[in-house]
Amino acid sequence: MTALDSSFKAPDNPNTANIVLGIETSCDETAAAVVSGPCDVLSSVISSQVDLHARYGGVVPEIASRAHVEMLTPVVAQAVIEAGLGNHEVEAVAATAGPGLVGALLVGVSAAKSLALVWDVPFVAVNHLEAHLYSSFLEEPDLELPVVVLLVSGGHTLLVLMEEFGRYRLIGQTLDDAAGEAFDKVARFMDLGYPGGPVIDRLSMTGDPEAVAFPRPMHNDGYDFSFSGLKTAVVNYVRSRSDFDVADVAASFQEAVVDVLVHKAGKAARELGAKGLCLAGGVAANSSLRERILDACVASGISGFLPSRSMCTDNAAMVAAAGWQRLRLDGPSPLDTGADPNLPLPFDT
Amino acid sequence: MIRARTRSPGETREMAAALAELAQPRDLLLLVGDLGAGKTTFAQGFAAGLGIAKQVTSPTFTLASEYRGRLLLNHLDVFRFEQIAEVFDLDLYELLDGHGVTLIEWGDAIRQTLPADYLEAALIFSDDEHLAPDERVVVLTPVGSRWQSRQDALAAAVDPWAEDSSPRKKPSV
Repeated sequence: MTALDSSFKAPDNPNTANIVLGIETSCDETAAAVVSGPCDVLSSVISSQVDLHARYGGVVPEIASRAHVEMLTPVVAQAVIEAGLGNHEVEAVAATAGPGLVGALLVGVSAAKSLALVWDVPFVAVNHLEAHLYSSFLEEPDLELPVVVLLVSGGHTLLVLMEEFGRYRLIGQTLDDAAGEAFDKVARFMDLGYPGGPVIDRLSMTGDPEAVAFPRPMHNDGYDFSFSGLKTAVVNYVRSRSDFDVADVAASFQEAVVDVLVHKAGKAARELGAKGLCLAGGVAANSSLRERILDACVASGISGFLPSRSMCTDNAAMVAAAGWQRLRLDGPSPLDTGADPNLPLPFDT
Repeated sequence: MIRARTRSPGETREMAAALAELAQPRDLLLLVGDLGAGKTTFAQGFAAGLGIAKQVTSPTFTLASEYRGRLLLNHLDVFRFEQIAEVFDLDLYELLDGHGVTLIEWGDAIRQTLPADYLEAALIFSDDEHLAPDERVVVLTPVGSRWQSRQDALAAAVDPWAEDSSPRKKPSV
C-alpha cells in the first residue's frame, strides 16, 4: 500500500481543480476512481461485496460498513496508482454523501474529508443519483443536451430531464417499489437467488415473455411508475398454480417491467424534445431493457446511449465526474458535511 | 384482536388512514404479511392519515425513511434481516424513544427484540380465506397497554371495514 503523502501545493483556485478522486460507498460496492476534466476516466476501481451479502438475500448494512472500512484504503491507493499519479497530483476529493445506507456512506465521506485535509485540496459532497446522471457522459462526452435519463436501480426508479449540467427536472418516479427492488423480491419469492436482476435476466432468455399476461401498471398514466402491484400479480399467479414454468414467469414479469420503462422513457424523450435518451443504474444492465430502449430510440429518431454495464452499476468514476461539475457550480463542500441517507436530487421546479 | 376486510388497495389505504388518527407519539406498529400483501400500501394510507403529503415508497432498499406530518413517521423495513443483531444498526431504540410513530414492515421477524407494547397489523391474502385477488383480511392485535387502552377506539376506527359489515362470501371451512 502506498503511503498517502502530504507534500502538496493546492491549486490557486479550488473551484477549477481538474483531477478529481471520487469515492463511492453508498451501498455494497467500495469504489474509487480518478477523473481528469469532466469526462476523462484515468482509473476506476470497484470492489464488490455482493458475495458477502448474497446469503442474506440483500445488503446487510453493518456488514457493508465493515467491508467498506476494510477495502477503502487499498481501493483508493489502487485508483491513484492506476491513474499514473502521485497523491500530490489529486486536486480535489469527491465522495457520495447520499442517498444510501448511512453507515456505509459515512465511511466514504469520512475518508474523503480526511484525504482532502491531508492533501489540502477541496472536498466535494456528491449526490449518488446525480452521479448516475453523469455516467453516460463519461463514455460519450459528445452527448447533446437536453437528455432524458432513465435511472433504474434497486433503490430508485426516476425519469429525469437533464437540461444542463447541474439543472435537472424530475419527470417521473416510482410510487412504491423501485424496479430493481421488484426484480429482487420476485426472485426471492420464487427462490431464484440474489441479486434478482441478473438471475431473472438470465432465466428470461429461455422463457416465453408472452406466456403470462401480467399487468403493465400505470402504462398510460403519466410518467410515474408503480411496481408493487405487478409484484403482487406474480405472487398471486405463482400461488394459484401448483405447476408453472419458472422461466416463463420470469420472462413475462421482466417483459412487463421493461414494457413500462421503455414506453414511459421513450414518451418522455419525445414529448420533452430531448435530443437523447440514456440509461443509468443497476437495472440498466438488463439485456432486454438495453435492447428495447435502443429500438425505441431508433423508432423515435432520437439518439440512445447505453453506458457499459460496469458504468451503469455503482462506480466512483461517475462520483468524480459529478464532483468535478459540482465544484465548478458550487465550490467545495464544507468539511462538516455529513452523510444523508435520504438526500434528494436537487431539482429545478 | 380486531378483524377487518378491505376489498382493494384503496380501501386498505383508507383504513390505515383511519387508524393513523389514533396515533400518538412513540407508538409502534408492526406490519405483518407475505410479499405483496399490501404492507407498503398500508404505510401509504397511514402516512396520509398523519397528513404527510410526500409519496411514501417502499423502504426495503434504504431500510428506514422519515416523513414529517402531524407526527414524525419512521418507516422501517426489516424484510432482509435474518439476523436480529442488525436491528441495532437501525437505531431502532432511539427511534422508539423519540417523538415519532414507528411503523415496521415485516416487524414480526424482530418481535423478540422489541418492547412488548405495539399494534400488530397482519395483512392476509391466503387462499384459505377465499379472498378475491385484491381483498385482504386485516387482523389488528394490540400488544401491551399503549394500544390495549385504545381497543375500543381501534374497533370504531375500522368499523366501516368490519368483516360482517356487508354480506360477503363466507369461508367454507
